[in-house]
Amino acid sequence: MQNHTEQDAGGRIFKSEVKNLSFYYGEFNALKSINMVLHDKKITALIGPSGCGKSTFLRCFNRMHDLYSGNRYEGEIILYPDDVNILAHNVDPIEVRMRISMVFQKPNPFPKSIYENVAYGLRVRGIKQRAILDEKVESALRNSALWDEVKDRLHDLAFNLSGGQQQRLCIARALATDPEILLFDEPTSALDPIATASIEELITDLKSKVTILIVTHNMQQAARVSDYTAYMYLGELIEFNVTDTIFIKPKNKQTEDYITGRFG
Amino acid sequence: MIAGIFALMIAVLTFMALFVHMLIDGMPRLNWDFFTSFPSRRAESAGILSAWVGTTLVMLVTAVAAVPLGIGAGIYLEEYAPKNLFTEIIEINVTNLAGVPSIIYGLLALGLFVYQFSFGQSILSAGLALALLILPVVIVATREAIRAIPVSIREGAYALGATKWQTVSDHLLPYSSAGILTGIIIGLARAIGETAPIITIGALTFIAFLPPSPIKQDFPYISFEWLTAPFTVMPIQMFNWVSRPEEAFQLNAAAAGLVLVVMTLTMNGLAIYLRYRMRKNIKW
Repeated sequence: MQNHTEQDAGGRIFKSEVKNLSFYYGEFNALKSINMVLHDKKITALIGPSGCGKSTFLRCFNRMHDLYSGNRYEGEIILYPDDVNILAHNVDPIEVRMRISMVFQKPNPFPKSIYENVAYGLRVRGIKQRAILDEKVESALRNSALWDEVKDRLHDLAFNLSGGQQQRLCIARALATDPEILLFDEPTSALDPIATASIEELITDLKSKVTILIVTHNMQQAARVSDYTAYMYLGELIEFNVTDTIFIKPKNKQTEDYITGRFG
Repeated sequence: MIAGIFALMIAVLTFMALFVHMLIDGMPRLNWDFFTSFPSRRAESAGILSAWVGTTLVMLVTAVAAVPLGIGAGIYLEEYAPKNLFTEIIEINVTNLAGVPSIIYGLLALGLFVYQFSFGQSILSAGLALALLILPVVIVATREAIRAIPVSIREGAYALGATKWQTVSDHLLPYSSAGILTGIIIGLARAIGETAPIITIGALTFIAFLPPSPIKQDFPYISFEWLTAPFTVMPIQMFNWVSRPEEAFQLNAAAAGLVLVVMTLTMNGLAIYLRYRMRKNIKW
């Protein structure tokens, strides 16, 4: 496989390119021929009304749909720089999940200690040396702005943390394995405004390290954190552009109606 | 609501009456000698040594056979089996097996273990027969405990790149262990009181010696001779005494019954405690 970087006219590097992606839950066509790109080390937000397929789209990136029978992908998601189509049949979904991490809607820490939660992704990759685990756990917790709060109780049960802390723990868990892309599926929908603000700040900080794709129900959130925004409706990608353009001067009437709150 | 309380009261009161009756009859017989003596023709010197040793060894075989098989089957059905007609038939069968009269298991064990496999009228045959009997309980408990784990935990593990087996062994099994253990204990508590399949296999009703000891003085220190030894169990010892005309043997039966009931209640109590602990520690 050749290594090359794909970029647009402005010289911005692509991390991933989605080509004619369609997705089916059995007979139901949930995504209809989507084409878009993820820019390297940028935040891309997916917005749209409930049931428009944003989460379905997000979960294609780590092949989460493979866990359930009757699901089918069509088209390609190319990952750069190695030009691999992560939806190809010969690509192991576990390999994909090794490179692309995910943070879920509701904080879902394992009923284990804080340390073991963060270390789990490393253990799955066969890392056993205590020194490496310690170092990676610390840096992941620092990167998710949780280290100072938990450094004295790393071996406490993760359930004892507050909701916002649990979500940051889940971000640390996803970061510990140095993913290339980080997927967020409405990461703040179960949190209060203060915890939401801290998660948003964290997401903005993280883009220097990793490419981020975030599904959000909250348009202000998309406007605050993202560099690019995609508006989806009924399984179709209606408009994809720089966030400012989408929010200030959308080209499509449907997008404008949604942004201005005329429906949704 | 009132009918429910009424029904409950009937059940509780009936049990209490039986228990108190047994307590009054059996209590005076309960002393150290009762546990360390073999059965005897003289009621006052008869004891339950061979019965409780037999019960313990049979339960050991039952647990060793039913636990790995039951947990394995539960995990397979819940996590690995494709959802098709074949799996569905198996699932319905497992549920139905729990309702098959226990004597049918006895007949199966007599044909299969005693004669076909030539295990004889032994502890091994009895243990395996009871293992078949409680297998559905263990399977259903395993499946329910695994199913109680939220999808988000499962997806969280997969999203980190875990394989199916890693997800099962690192997450699903540890988080469902209390529920599975509860099922195992309830199954064993049921098996401990079973009489019909054991009689069908041909347990002795009067036995004045113990099976060979599992622990030996010389190398290799453990022995499996006891597996093929003849045996008796608590309910059969009781049955034997109840069928005697002498009053004194009835008292022995009551005392043995008391021991059996206390054993069963203790096991069920342990199961309830585990379930309580599990609910307290893990709040999804």
